[in-house]
Amino acid sequence: MQFRAASDQAILVYLGEEIGQAAHERVVKLLRVLQQEPPRWMRNVQPAYCSLLVNFDLSLADHAEVEETIRSYEQRAEEQPAPKTRTIEIPVCYGGAFGTDLEEVAAAHGLKPEKVIELHSSETYRAYFLGFAPGFAYLGEVPAAIATPRLSSPRKRVLAGSVGIAGRQTAVYPMTTPGGWRVLGRTPLRVFHADRKPMGLITIGDRVRFRPINGEVFEKLENA
Amino acid sequence: MSSLVVESAGLLSTVQDLGRPGFGSEGISASGAADPVALRLGNLLVENEPGAAGLELTLVGGSFRFPDGAIVALTGADLGAAVNGRPLEVWTSHTLEPGTRLEFGATKNFARGYLTVAGGIQVDSFLGSASTHVLSGLGGFEGRALRKGDRLRIGKPARKTRKRRVTQAALYALKPRKILRVTEGPQAEWFSEQVKQVFYRDMFRVSEASDRVGLRLEGTALTCNATKEMITEGVSLGAVQVTPSGQPIILFVEQQTSGGYPKIANIIGADLHRIGQLRPRVEIRFQRTSLAVAQSLWMEQERLLNTAEQLFE
Repeated sequence: MQFRAASDQAILVYLGEEIGQAAHERVVKLLRVLQQEPPRWMRNVQPAYCSLLVNFDLSLADHAEVEETIRSYEQRAEEQPAPKTRTIEIPVCYGGAFGTDLEEVAAAHGLKPEKVIELHSSETYRAYFLGFAPGFAYLGEVPAAIATPRLSSPRKRVLAGSVGIAGRQTAVYPMTTPGGWRVLGRTPLRVFHADRKPMGLITIGDRVRFRPINGEVFEKLENA
Repeated sequence: MSSLVVESAGLLSTVQDLGRPGFGSEGISASGAADPVALRLGNLLVENEPGAAGLELTLVGGSFRFPDGAIVALTGADLGAAVNGRPLEVWTSHTLEPGTRLEFGATKNFARGYLTVAGGIQVDSFLGSASTHVLSGLGGFEGRALRKGDRLRIGKPARKTRKRRVTQAALYALKPRKILRVTEGPQAEWFSEQVKQVFYRDMFRVSEASDRVGLRLEGTALTCNATKEMITEGVSLGAVQVTPSGQPIILFVEQQTSGGYPKIANIIGADLHRIGQLRPRVEIRFQRTSLAVAQSLWMEQERLLNTAEQLFE
């Protein structure tokens, strides 16, 4: 475990150096114990692939004290059983107006669009963490055969429900926002719901699968 | 219940309080007033709790009618507030008679003005806060900026008294700055000493494309000599991240909660509220400071903000 000041009131806790299951499980376990027994100085905790960003109230603690407390939490975190996981299936209508970048991604890899769909929907992804925007889950890993870098210039508007890829990551846009991921399709499910508990369809640690559907099914589910 | 009616909305007027920290793990950034110090002082002037909800007005204010009258305060930027053509002073509280129309114009100095009302603006709370998160359409009044015709409820004031105005000494201590103080960012060593010298020497221009999500800066391109690819991690408020084009972005109150660009610096806590007063096209500079100095500056500022005798006359 390594610590680094992010600001005068925030500290980064690094729990690994590469994206993968080992670092992810350490992140989830430490997050859980911090959420179960929040130290009184803790204001926010932001998990990511290999790290947690912890914001603290400077009138109650400084970096050294925060570091010491987190070290003691880490010992307890390691004793925690492996986090339980759920599997979530997300219906996706690929291509056409739903997935405006499908053709280009296919062409970039010399594949047929059908093959891209097959590869994207055959994987079981891990929800590493939520970040970027409310309910936005970073899912990995996309098969190397279709991994495509994000657009060099982000779009002003990516529709809610859009399923995109960026490198070996994939995600569902919970709300219409700017975004630079390559859009392969769209789900009719509501990904983020302020009045639902949990608010996001996907939570950290979930397993996620995508199921291809056609436009007719999309409409039916959208109006359900 | 008394109310406030929006007769014209201005450029971007939103309901804001001190935000909703603590939901980063859901991907939700805190939002809240871009200049929380101005909002706090505005609330204290009208004897509200410091974190009550008020209106944040951006660059060009709107026009608001108070059918039942109200005690209000104006803080932050001077947006030329007037009642029947008679100007109202900023950093001061005012009693408005029933039927008063309070009109704002374009800013005369900084980016954001605050209108606080005794009793506070009442909206449904989302995750414990009244703050509007404009980008994601959450919180505040229907999750959006105010429009003509909106009617906002005003709470019942706890007291009928008001403080008169903020002291000159307090305003001097809290005044906006174009030289923002920063501590080193978590990827500071990804930049050469030469690049850091440029970063701490040159002026950067706040781009027109800046908003509550982030301030895009224009200036000398800062090249990052990274040998490895950055793994996306949590990003803190006021982080100065450098995009591949070499242009820095200051992450602000509606920031994304994680990001994959290296961060060269982070604005200190005591200067975060000053980001909220930077207008597009102003030129700013960064000044390096230590964590210890940054922390004592913040403590000092908080002490001042918690001492009514020094704040109000």
